Formats: sequence, C-alpha cells, structure tokens
Amino acid sequence: MSFPLLTAAAVLPAAGAIATAAVPAARRTAAKWTALIASLGTLVLAGVVLARFEPGGDRYQLTESHAWIADFGVRYELGVDGIGAALIGLTALLMPFIILAGWRDADPAEEAEGAGGDRPGRRWRPVQGFFALILMVEAMVIISFAATDVFLFYIFFEAMLIPMYFLIGGFGDRAHAQSDEEAAKQRTYAAVKFLLYNLAGGLIMLAAVVGLYAVTADQLGEGTFSLQRIVEARAAGELEMAVTTERLLFLGFFFAFAIKAPLWPLHTWLPNAMGESTAPVAVLITAVMDKVGTFAMLRFCLGLFPGASDWATPVILVLALISIVYGALLAVGQRDIKRLIAYASVSHFGFIVLGIFAMTSQGQSGATLYMVNHGISTAVLMLVAGFLISRRGSRLIADYGGVQKVAPVLAGTFLIGGLATLSLPGLAPFVSEFLVLVGTFSRYPVIGIIATAGIVLAALYVLVLYQRTMTGPVKESLGRMPDLRPRELAVAAPLIALLIFLGVFPRPLTEIVNPAVEHTLSDVRKTDPRPDVPAQDLEAAK
Amino acid sequence: MNPMNYVYLAALLFTIGAAGVLLRRNAIVVFMCVELMLNACNLTLVAFSRMHGNLDGQIIAFFTMVVAAAEVVVGLAIIVMLFRTRHSASVDDASLMKL
Amino acid sequence: MENLIGLLVAAPLLGAAVLLCGGRRLDRAGHWIGTALAAASFAVGVVLFAGMLGRGAEDRALHQHLFSWVPVEGFQADVAFQLDQLSMTFVLLITGVGSLIHIYSIGYMEHDPRRRRFFGYLNLFLAAMLLLVLADNYLLLYAGWEGVGLASYLLIGFWQHKPSAATAAKKAFLVNRVGDIGLSIAIMLMFTTFGTFAFGPVLESAGDTSEGMLTAIGLMLLLAACGKSAQVPLQSWLGDAMEGPTPVSALIHAATMVTAGVYLITRSGAIFNGSPDAQLVVAIVGAVTLIFGAIVGCAKDDIKKALAGSTMSQIGYMVLAAGLGPIGYVFAIMHLVTHGFFKAGLFLGAGSVMHGMNDEVDMRKYGGLRKYMPVTFVTFGLGYLAIIGFPGLSGFWSKDKIIEAAFAKGGTEGWILGGVALLGAALTAYYMTRVMLLTFFGEKRWGSTPSPAAPDVEPAAETSGEHATPHPHESPKSMTIPMIVLAFGSVFAGGLFSWNSSFLHWLEPVTGHDHGHSPLSAAAVTGATVVVLLIGVALAWLQYGRKPVPVTAPRGSLLTRAARRDLLQDDFNHVALVKPGEYLTRGLVYVDNKGVDGLVNGTAAAVGGLSGRMRRVQNGFVRSYAVSMFGGTAVLIAATLLMRAV
Repeated sequence: MSFPLLTAAAVLPAAGAIATAAVPAARRTAAKWTALIASLGTLVLAGVVLARFEPGGDRYQLTESHAWIADFGVRYELGVDGIGAALIGLTALLMPFIILAGWRDADPAEEAEGAGGDRPGRRWRPVQGFFALILMVEAMVIISFAATDVFLFYIFFEAMLIPMYFLIGGFGDRAHAQSDEEAAKQRTYAAVKFLLYNLAGGLIMLAAVVGLYAVTADQLGEGTFSLQRIVEARAAGELEMAVTTERLLFLGFFFAFAIKAPLWPLHTWLPNAMGESTAPVAVLITAVMDKVGTFAMLRFCLGLFPGASDWATPVILVLALISIVYGALLAVGQRDIKRLIAYASVSHFGFIVLGIFAMTSQGQSGATLYMVNHGISTAVLMLVAGFLISRRGSRLIADYGGVQKVAPVLAGTFLIGGLATLSLPGLAPFVSEFLVLVGTFSRYPVIGIIATAGIVLAALYVLVLYQRTMTGPVKESLGRMPDLRPRELAVAAPLIALLIFLGVFPRPLTEIVNPAVEHTLSDVRKTDPRPDVPAQDLEAAK
Repeated sequence: MNPMNYVYLAALLFTIGAAGVLLRRNAIVVFMCVELMLNACNLTLVAFSRMHGNLDGQIIAFFTMVVAAAEVVVGLAIIVMLFRTRHSASVDDASLMKL
Repeated sequence: MENLIGLLVAAPLLGAAVLLCGGRRLDRAGHWIGTALAAASFAVGVVLFAGMLGRGAEDRALHQHLFSWVPVEGFQADVAFQLDQLSMTFVLLITGVGSLIHIYSIGYMEHDPRRRRFFGYLNLFLAAMLLLVLADNYLLLYAGWEGVGLASYLLIGFWQHKPSAATAAKKAFLVNRVGDIGLSIAIMLMFTTFGTFAFGPVLESAGDTSEGMLTAIGLMLLLAACGKSAQVPLQSWLGDAMEGPTPVSALIHAATMVTAGVYLITRSGAIFNGSPDAQLVVAIVGAVTLIFGAIVGCAKDDIKKALAGSTMSQIGYMVLAAGLGPIGYVFAIMHLVTHGFFKAGLFLGAGSVMHGMNDEVDMRKYGGLRKYMPVTFVTFGLGYLAIIGFPGLSGFWSKDKIIEAAFAKGGTEGWILGGVALLGAALTAYYMTRVMLLTFFGEKRWGSTPSPAAPDVEPAAETSGEHATPHPHESPKSMTIPMIVLAFGSVFAGGLFSWNSSFLHWLEPVTGHDHGHSPLSAAAVTGATVVVLLIGVALAWLQYGRKPVPVTAPRGSLLTRAARRDLLQDDFNHVALVKPGEYLTRGLVYVDNKGVDGLVNGTAAAVGGLSGRMRRVQNGFVRSYAVSMFGGTAVLIAATLLMRAV
C-alpha cells in the first residue's frame, strides 16, 4: 500500500483551513502565514504528484480505492489521468498567489467598523475566516479533480459551493460606487444568485447520478458509481443503455457542468459573482473552481455517455460559439473592469467547450491546455486589476487614465496579462487557443472560422481597456498612485514568467496531457480527420 | 335501551363542541369545547365497545382520558401565560404566527 | 554555421529582455546595449552571408532545429529556422537598416526620459521580425508576425500620454488582427489539407491539391498580407501609425514590417502559382493600393503622412509584382530592398527636419530649409531621386522592372496593370516633388526670422505643438551618419543588384523566375517611365515651385478633400463598422441584463408573487385554521362515503 498522495494533497489544505480558523482573533498575521504555508505545502505535494505521474503509464495513476458506503456501491476512489494531474497542478500553483494577493483584503477596515455596517469585524474574525474558506475550496477542488467515483465527485462538486458562497457574500470588494448598504445588497444578490444557479444544476445532476446508479444496478447486477468500472463495462458491451436514457443522463450531467463552466445562456451568475467579490476570490472562481465544470465534461460526459455526447455535439458547439462571440461582445460593452474580465472569461470558456466537443486530439489537448493557461492568464490580469482597484477604490474604467505614467510596472504587468488574454503568440494561451481552433476547424470548418473572429474581439476589449485605463493624460485623482509593491510584484512576476515559459515551451504540459486525450477520444470512438493530401506521407515515401 | 342513542348523543356533543371552537373567542371556552369534543369521542368509543362486545374501545377511552388530562395541564398553562402577558383571553389577539 | 542562425534572433531578444526588465539602473547605458546587440545581430548576419556566398547556389539554404514547440498528436509545430537566399536578403535588410536606425535614435530620443524602454521595444521588434523571416513553418512565422504587431503597437503608442497616439496604436493592432484571421485560417486550411504547415512539405505538395483549395489558402494569405502591409482594404492604420516616433516610422512602417506581407506572398509562391485566380486578386489589390496610396500622398500636408501614403503606394508596387507570379517575385523583393533604403532615408530625413523645426510636421510651415540643413537636404534629395525612379538610381532599376513585368503579364490584364503602374510612377514623381519643394525650396514660411545659432537645449522630442519660433539647424552626427549611409544605398543598391542581374541569380533558386512575353520592348517601357516621371515633376513644379505656397491649405477640390481624409476610409469604417458595433454591444449588454438574466429573475419573481398570494390564507386566527381543518375532514369523510357508495 503506497502513500495516499492524492488524499494527502486534499487533506493538507483542509487541515490548513482548520488550523487557520483556529488562530486567535488578534493574531491576524499568524493566520495569514498559516494559510500561505499550507498552500505552499500543497504546491509541493502537487509537484510530487506531477513528478510521480508517468505519461506513458496507466490511464489512471496514484489510485486509491476504499469501500465507503457499501450498500450503495459508493467507494472512495481517487486517481488522476494527465488532465486531472495538470489541473491539480494549476490549482495548487495558483493558490499561494491568490492568498498572497488577498493578503490585506480581509483586514477589517476601520471605517467600515465605524459605520457599523453589516460586517462586525471584531466578532467573527474575518481574516481567519477568509483564508480558511479559500483553503477549503482548494481542498474540495483537488478532490473533485482526483475523484474517479461519480458519487464522491458529486459530493465535493456541490460542497465547494458552501465556502464559495461565504467568500462571495461575506467578503465583498470594498471598491464600489454606491453606499455601503447598496454594496452589501448587491453582494448578497450575487452570492445568492451564484448559489441558486449552481444548486439548480447540482440537483439535476443528482437526479442523473441516481439514474446512473439505477442503470448500473439493473444491468450489472450491482450498482456502482465507479467511473473506471462503468467505462470498462461499456467498452466490453456489458452495459447497454437505452438511447433515451443515455441522453437524459447526459443532459443531467451536462447541465450542471455547463452552469459551472459557465456556458451561454447559463453564464449570468459569473459577472455578478466576479464583480462583487474581491479580486483573489474572483480568480478562485474563474481560474480554479469553474475548471471543475469543463474538466468534468471531459471526464464524465464523454467518458460515461459517448453516444449521447456525439448526439449533443452540434448543439453544444453552437452554444460554445455563441459564448465566444457573445462574451467578447459584452466584454467590449462593460464599464466595470472586473465585469469585463468576467465576460472575457465567458468567451474563453466557450473556446474550452469548443475544443472539448470538437472531438479531435488537437481540440481536446488544446482545451486542456486552455484550462491551465486561462487560469494563469486570468490570474495575472485579475490580480493586477485588483491591485489597481485597491489603489483608487473604484471598479469603473472611466475613473482611470494615464496610469502607465505614474505606475509603469503596474501598467506593464497589466498589459502582459491583457496580451495573454488576447492570445498573443509567445504567451501560453496562444498555443491552446490555436490548438482549439485547428482542432475545431479540421472537423467543423465553418464553426472554426467564426470562432477565429473571436480573436479580433479579444484584441478589441483588451486594448480598449488598456487604452482607457493606462494611457492618455493622468487623471488628477491618480497623481500619487504608488507603483506595484514588492508583495504585489511577487504575485505578478512568477505568473508572467510561467506564461512566457509555457508559451515557448509547452511540452512538459502536452506530454502529460496527450495520452489522457487519446484515452478520452477512444472512449467516444473518434479518430482525427485525415488531411486531404498528407504531405508527411509524401516525405515518408521518398 | 338502544345503544345507538349514545352514539346520537355523542354526535350532538361533538357538534356543540365543534361549533364552540369555531365561534367562541374566549380561550377558556374554546378549551372547554375541545374537551367536550374529546369526551364525545370517548362516549362513542365506549358505546361501540358495548355494541360489538369488544373491550378495545374502552381501553382506548382510557388512553384518551390520560392524554386529555395532560392536554389540560399544558393548555391551561398556555392560557394563563397568555392572559398574563396580554391581559386578554381572546384567541383572536394571539395572531402573531401569521407572516 | 547553422548554429549561428539562432543567435540572429537571440541577440536582440536578449537586449529586449535586459532593457525592459532592467529597471532604471540601465537608463544611462540602455541605448548603447540596444544598439550593440542590434549591431551584433547584423554582424552575425554578415558572417552567415559570407558563408552562404561560399557555397553553390543549390545548397545555400541552412536549417536549424531548436526544439519541438507544440507536440500534440498529429500536429507538429517546431521552433526551427530556415535561412535561404530570400531570408538572408531580409536578415541583412532588417539588421542593417535596424542598426542604422538604432544609431539614429540615440540622437533623436536623447531628451526622452523613457529612451531605455524605446530601445527595448526596438530590440523586441528586431527579434520578432527576424523570427518572422527565419521561421521554417507558418505557425512560427505567425508568432513573429504577431510579435512585430506587438512591437509596432508599443512603438506607435510610445508617447501614450497623447490620446491620439494611444488610439493609433490600438487601431493598428486591431486592423492587423483582422488580417491575422486570414493567416490563422490559411494555416488551418494547410493543416487540414496537408497535415502540416512547414514550408518545405506544404510548398512541395501544393501541386497535389485542388486549385480551389489553393485559391482559398492564397486569398487568406492575401488577407493577412493586406493587414500587415497596409493594402486596400486594410490600409487605414498606416497613416495614423505616424503618431509614433520618426525612427519607428522609418524602420517599422517603411523599411521592414510593412513589407512582411510581400515576404509572405513571395514565400508562398508555390501556392499562388497553382492558383491564377488568387494571383490576379493579389495583383489587383496591389494596383489599387498603388493608386490609392499615391492619391493620399498627393494631398497630405503632414510630411510623415505624405511619406506614409507613398509607402503604401510603393508596397502596392511590390504586391503587384508578387501577384504577377514568377515573372515578378524577384523584382518585388528587389524593390522591397531598394525601397527599404530610400524610404528609411526619407523618413530619417523627415525626422531630422522635424527635430530642427520643433516637431512641426506641416510642410506648409517649412520652406527654404536647404540652406539650414545641408546634409539633410542632400540625403533627402538623393532619396527623393531614388524613389521617383530617376535613371541610374536604385528606384529606377527596381520600379522599371516591375512596370516591365506588369506588361509582360500579357493580355488585357497586362495592359491594365502596366498602365496603372505607369500612372503610379507619374503620381510618385508628383507627390515626392511636392514634398521636396514644400520642404526645402521656396520661401521660408515659419514664424519670424530664425536666429542663426541653434539653442543648446532642444525641447524633448515628444512635445509637439505650440512653441516659440523654430530655429532650424542641422541634426547631430549620430543622426546624419545613418542618413548618409542610407543615401549611399539609395543611389547604388539598384545598380549593384542589376549588374549582371546579380540579384536575379541570387534569388532565382528560391523564387523561380520567368521572363514572360512583353508586348513592349524594354527600351520602350523605360522611355515611357522617364516621360511620365518628367510629367509628374513638371506638374508639381507648376503648382508648388513656380508660385508661393499658402501657409494654410486651400479648400481644394472634392478629390483633394477626400484624399486628405484618406479617401474617406475612416469615415467608411466608422459608419459601417464602429457605429453598428457600438449599438450591437450596447444592445447586447441590455439584453444580457434584462433578457437572459431577466428570464431567470422573472421566474423567481413569479414564484415569489404566487407565494405572496398563498400566504394570505395564513391569517393567524385560530378559528380560521380550525374551519379549514373541519372543512378538510368533512370533505375527506364525504369522499370516503361517496367512494363506498359507488
């Protein structure tokens, strides 16, 4: 029995969360350091996971399996394929930066206490709570990426809503145009909206999970939630689902994941949630938590219901395409920096879903890389935007102008984050976006071409944002804006370095992702389209 | 004597009790009417027990009496508390449970 | 030898990294580091060139494979370089002119507090441009393609505090992105057709696929070229790009980056050769731009914008030549190189003039400057003679060949394209003579009498606008020397290239060549060219040389006014694209808030309203609850009895 590495990677942040919450109220700094150390420890464990993962080995590695609720065939089964490993790496990687960027976000603001407000800072220890909740989300996300038991996955998929709800509703962005009361109202609205959307999806998924159990119990003699068991049984022809059943179950799963992802038209919770929460929490939502949605599409929707996936592909591709264009157009029209980034994310998630359902190896590899790269690039853009917002106390684009003159480093990092968002070659997102486009184009040329138009819109919203905030004459209120502090630079610089590294040399990632994608494609029984005039054959013939 | 007459009496008592619960406002009177309804039921139980030659009904009647006694204790306590706080024993005054 | 290729790119890339991350410590030495690394890259280029000359024509191409970039199943993109004669030509042009412009910028940007960053961006541009021409596959070319776009964006918007500069930078990037769609789709088409996008296999097997596919790929490549090379219909950004510092205009927006489209078309020759339709479209785009740019150049009073119009027009010549197929590829590249010399020289001259004139750009406020800036006058004058195609100078050799090739295309097309090219030559002569006369000849038209001694401290180059009287003076050595070197190139390069057709033999192994059948003899074409040239010069002299020039521009004819507004391109874009786009986004924001979200909120409101009604039943009166209980019981009993009865 080997060391349960995946369990440890999830337990460590959870233990860190408990430890952080237990730090006495007055010792805020100690709480922050506890959280940071826990997240760094998790990063080390995730590094070990990636190092121990053998790209050429079994499909699922580092597996753990224990009986849990024997009566219902629920097992505690963990295991990662290349996709899961990459995303666990992303989660663990981003977390220290999220914590570091949010270092001061939960400090009780003296003015807020004076006003009374709805946030009694002294009584319920905001700093401890903030960091403990962030670590709880990390633990649950890691378990979700590692779970190979559908029921286990479902539990944590739903449970992560709870800490997230408190993070959104309890720790709002201090920068808002309205009064404190109005802000509290909007924050509550955003948190409740987030919870309701995701719960609705989760409940429908629960029905599908139960349905899946019933089908397996009916056909295999004993009900099971084990992903590997079901996939094997399907491949061996032991488990035949009626067409309608399969489609209904697929829709149940897909609906939950599409809300989480979020896919048009189920996206409207995201701008509210990202706009009202603090920048690090916004990153946690879009760069980490939402990835569970797209990841689950790849692992569960395609793995469990290949036939239905094939059936739903045209509709999903169109929805993804609408997401891409619609998200980008709305980003162009936003007046609030954080909402703009949120809509840009909607557009990017469209690309990810497009890549997944193009059902080509380029598309799916690209989609997986996209998840990682989008996480990093959005983190840079959003966190730097958070630094900017905390300086001026406003989220409105119109309140800024000429920042590059007073804070050139801040403007520079913001620009790099923006360039990554618009997929400039040399930065990581380009590789993934191009792979997704090529993968889509080789099977669905028209959709590929329309999606390509998204790159112009991305340039439009990024450059307009940069122009309005960073260039032009310096706004008077910004005259004394300080440039990035060392702590903030320590957040931005490593992430930027990583963006450049993965943009030039994505091989370490593609190596672990490729085999997993091949497995997924064989699940859905798809092969890549052949080129018309394969030039490589010509060369081989010579 | 025809045992059915007891049943008619019980129906009459029950109706009086029900009408009292629905129409009167004084909590004590409402409470007495509830007791009246309970006793009407007891009467039917005993009457049917006699009619069928089966003791089950009488046993249940005993149970009902015990429960009614307990109910009187709790109910009177509530009414007394209500009267103390509100200086009124009208049931219409206690309508805080509505939204 | 091939290991040196990577060094070409690495040197300026290192410079960019050091200068941009180095912080203020490097402020004092930054420009020297940047210049030294650009020069180092040039030196490596020369070494490689010497090595290449030492080998036979067929095995001159070198390859260097660095690492696999994106290894995904069925998709192989490598970071690998290919240095053949075509790439070599570009490497020497880019690093050579680039180094000169670095030197020039030391003087030009002397008073700018952000000079270090300027040099960082210039180095970044060199690295990206070299990547573009050295890449051995289309995806890596695309990376360089976007890289130069980024450098161009940063440099046009270098003086970001000016809203006009920031807007121009954004516009340039966006218009280029539209072109990039073309390149992306072209690469995807190659991938689905050939399974690869490396130059070698794609170009070799181009003949195996259908003509329709080649046409599609070709047109998409043309779209990309239109964006980068400012060809109609994506030309609108180039004029605005003149908001950048003048060395940038010289290097990026005249000599190198804007010619990338010509490189792309020439490099993809095999694809275009297989598709006469695509070729014809290329030639038409070139011809239209050639006239379009020339007309705009004739009307602009801003010296840099007049030169920008001219650049557009000259690139039109190159694209036209590239569209002629094997007849024209070599001449397109030859014109590209000579144009690189004389247009860079002209821009540097314009920068020198502006440097001496307090950054005044309106030519109507110049006049008579030849006395005050002799070196600038001579170098600019030589560049002028070269661009109009004065016999014997560089532009003559290359342009004349293109006109000849256009006629040699044959048929009606040949006559039309040749005629357009000749008309363009006349227009070139006209607008360049106009620039020359307005700037260096005639009466001085700036404020009051200039004092002979120039003040020691010049206002920083970035500040434009209202100053006291300008004091025209010659620029420092660091600026004049590059101008002199470029003037030499403008005079002699064309002749050197045409000597024994040396340039033709140099490039032929890569691009191929075909003489075509010209309906006119070479001598006739040359004669016609010289005649139209003289007509153009004479017309300009009649209008601007013979009589004094008003300081404020006259209203002008309808065409003049349209040309001053770039032939209404921006107005068209505004009406056709910008406004509808704004309405669309505004509408969508509304729909998203009210529609998609409203649907969900509406459902919630409906549930809420219904429960509001329902809760009235709970009125808090015990009696009413009791009634409902009794009623319910009664109904239940009645139902039971009824069921029994039935």
